[in-house]
Amino acid sequence: MPQLFHPSTNTFAKVSIFGAIFLIAAVLWVFLSIERSSYVTQAGVVREQPIPFSHRHHVSQLGIDCRYCHTTVEESNFAGIPPTKTCMACHSQIHATAEMLEPVRESWRTGKSLEWIRVHDLPDFVYFNHSIHVKKGVGCETCHGPVGKMALTWREKSLNMEWCLECHRAPEKFVRPRQFVFSMDWHPEIDQKILGEKIVKEYDINRLTNCSICHR
Amino acid sequence: MAEEKDKTKTESPFIEPGHTYGSITDKISSMILTRKTPLGWFIGFGIAFSLMMVLLFSITYLFMKGTGIWGLNIPVGWGFAIINFVWWIGIGHAGTLISAILLLFRQEWRTSINRFAEAMTLFAVAAAGIFPLIHMGRPWLFYWLMPYPNTMNLWPQFRSPLVWDVFAVSTYALVSLLFWYTGLVPDFGSLRDRAKNKFAQKAYGILSMGWRGSAIHWHRYETAYLLLAGLATPLVISVHTIVSFDFAMAIIPGWHATIFPPYFVAGAVYAGFAMVLTLIIPLRKVYGLQDFITIRHLRNMAKVMLATGLIVAYGYMMEAFTAWYSGSEYEQFMILNRMRGPYAPVFWALIICNVVVPQFLWFERFQSKVGALFAIAIVVNIGMWLERFIIVVTSLHRDFLPSSWGMYAGTFWDWSIYFGSIGLFFTLMFIFLRIMPAISIFEMRTLVKGSKKKIEN
Ligand code: HEC
Ligand code: HEC
Ligand code: HEC
Ligand code: HEC
Ligand code: HEC
Repeated sequence: MPQLFHPSTNTFAKVSIFGAIFLIAAVLWVFLSIERSSYVTQAGVVREQPIPFSHRHHVSQLGIDCRYCHTTVEESNFAGIPPTKTCMACHSQIHATAEMLEPVRESWRTGKSLEWIRVHDLPDFVYFNHSIHVKKGVGCETCHGPVGKMALTWREKSLNMEWCLECHRAPEKFVRPRQFVFSMDWHPEIDQKILGEKIVKEYDINRLTNCSICHR
Repeated sequence: MAEEKDKTKTESPFIEPGHTYGSITDKISSMILTRKTPLGWFIGFGIAFSLMMVLLFSITYLFMKGTGIWGLNIPVGWGFAIINFVWWIGIGHAGTLISAILLLFRQEWRTSINRFAEAMTLFAVAAAGIFPLIHMGRPWLFYWLMPYPNTMNLWPQFRSPLVWDVFAVSTYALVSLLFWYTGLVPDFGSLRDRAKNKFAQKAYGILSMGWRGSAIHWHRYETAYLLLAGLATPLVISVHTIVSFDFAMAIIPGWHATIFPPYFVAGAVYAGFAMVLTLIIPLRKVYGLQDFITIRHLRNMAKVMLATGLIVAYGYMMEAFTAWYSGSEYEQFMILNRMRGPYAPVFWALIICNVVVPQFLWFERFQSKVGALFAIAIVVNIGMWLERFIIVVTSLHRDFLPSSWGMYAGTFWDWSIYFGSIGLFFTLMFIFLRIMPAISIFEMRTLVKGSKKKIEN
């Protein structure tokens, strides 16, 4: 009988056995990476808004406090999105005729709210509360990133459950004194480890990892 | 001749006399390579394939609509999907028992049926595997069952028997596949050498992985096969034990019982042998394999069925006994409700199928009558399905709180998926028969010496 296969198939067969292991490992790795990529989590993806509202402008350059616009962040689960009235407090004077701000004025005339595109949106089966985080010394920056540098808002973190848990398991690595919660660009003066442990004790911060804390 | 006939009557051989190495290889490989595919194959495949299409259609509809199209509801949240899962997994067990345990016990008669039974195991596990997956609300997230570093930082609940199930069944499927394939390698070599057309030569060539039949090959083969048999042996016990834990770990009356593991394992082997008989009796007729799969094989299988059937009957008895002996009001109610409640006809049908009918197997007359064996095997198959129905449904439908009682019945889609899974199983089986040696060629050859001796003396 003639040779069915070329002798090189022997090598090929041996390589393919080892190759299979690497192939499986690679496929697994690819899937795990995709799951955490910004393509899936939308982290770092800049959202187009109806009006190109710039936090960089209003927060860093004008120095407006977060609470001026996100009024309920300290006492409610919802941080609050400013109503048109808040914008008009300044923009009835500043840039009062700018083309860019026409939607704001139109909303002001008609009384119809501006429709911002949500940047952060947890699934409805997750309970989240801003007030507790603000009170226990978690800075806006820790979760939302350098908002003061954002010309258009993007989501800094993945909002995956593993991200919430990373902090809930070890809050001392992330917390800061209350007076700096709203500051951007804050850095601990002493080692975060020592400071964090002190704050955890002082504010009585617990490690909340029970499922029903977030899934109620 | 007359004398020989006499001998076959007392103890017919495992292979009819007169076969040589060549004739065995010819006969088995001709089933695939040269002989015209019998008409029976086409008819059978056509029916099975149509049923499989029903399965695909039903599952598509299920994925569109969700499990609401089934009869599931509170209080019976486990319906056909679990019944069918346990049924199929159980059927698989005979294959592993025949191929691994009987190999280790050096039971020669396994030789002509082991290949076939192992294939049955694989296909039964494939059919079983569908059910837990389609029973999920979001089947596309099935991989959450696996422990891997996911974005939720969660591991599966390792204390849950449903997670043990995942490992038990996937290990079982993997080991069965390896075992089956390893056994096939030398035969693929023979087929490669005998195949006439280029495509078949290449295909069997690849599958045989360069098998040349040298002494080293045989040595390694024997070692690997024995090791795999050793690996597969505990699985026969462990897989169905764990499946039984799905029930036994729950505190539902009628489920929370220590007898469940052994009783499930025996039930699995019982159902499995019934399925082997159901398949092999028509097979040997259509392909004319009466000289390889002799009456003695059928009788041996009938005896295993009888023995495991008795263990299962003992299990039923003990369920009733412990319910009475426990003094637990709920357990007692559960048993009475089984026997006298709304599902009583199903329960008594189960007793007839699984306990009464198999008693015919005590008699040699029935053991060696092919038609009777076939009928009994079918009855046992049905009985084992009814048994799972009774276990799942009667315990759930009337539990502790009378206000939450309810009734359960399968809908059209429950049945279409069940029959569809039978279609899937048979489709795979028919394809296997067409392209692979259903009987191990080289192992049959080892029987030749024995049969020659029988002729000599
Ligand atoms: C002048 C008003 C104003 C101030 C001050 C302001 N924001 Fe905003 N913020 C907005 C508006 C309007 C939006 C909605 C448009 C957008 O998403 O860019 C918004 C959106 C956001 C979002 C995204 C919400 C979503 O859609 O998920 C975050 C996070 C946020 N702000 C954080 C902050 C932080 C932190 C500060 C303080 C450092 C701050 N903002 C100060 C007006 C303000
Ligand atoms: C405290 C006063 C104040 C408030 C409140 C305020 N802005 Fe402004 N905004 C300014 C000033 C000042 C400028 C002009 C900065 C410049 O041109 O350098 C400005 C500029 C802008 C611009 C033009 C940005 C650019 O890059 O040129 C937009 C768009 C805008 N604001 C939208 C809004 C919206 C929408 C709101 C309501 C959520 C809002 N602003 C609330 C003070 C304010
Ligand atoms: C522990 C992390 C965390 C901290 C700290 C935090 N946020 Fe958020 N923020 C979130 C998450 C998560 C959401 C999405 C909530 C949702 O979808 O329900 C969100 C949403 C928002 C929104 C959109 C409106 C809403 O409530 O859904 C705004 C505005 C916002 N945050 C502002 C702030 C400001 C201002 C601060 C600082 C005072 C702050 N956040 C601190 C995690 C945080
Ligand atoms: C950077 C740290 C950090 C991150 C990230 C974080 N948390 Fe928290 N969270 C805390 C701290 C600190 C507390 C307060 C613990 C205490 O009450 O002692 C808290 C408390 C909570 C509570 C308790 C509220 C209550 O009423 O009991 C909820 C709910 C919660 N977090 C949800 C979330 C969710 C959901 C996420 C992710 C989207 C998240 N957290 C991410 C630090 C964090
Ligand atoms: C600190 C808050 C937090 C705690 C505690 C928490 N989760 Fe989550 N969980 C989340 C968030 C946020 C998400 C959404 C993640 C996303 O959208 O990718 C989530 C998603 C999930 C999901 C995925 C649901 C889906 O359909 O995508 C599951 C399952 C889950 N959690 C289970 C649990 C279990 C089980 C526990 C307890 C061991 C738990 N979670 C504890 C915050 C939490």
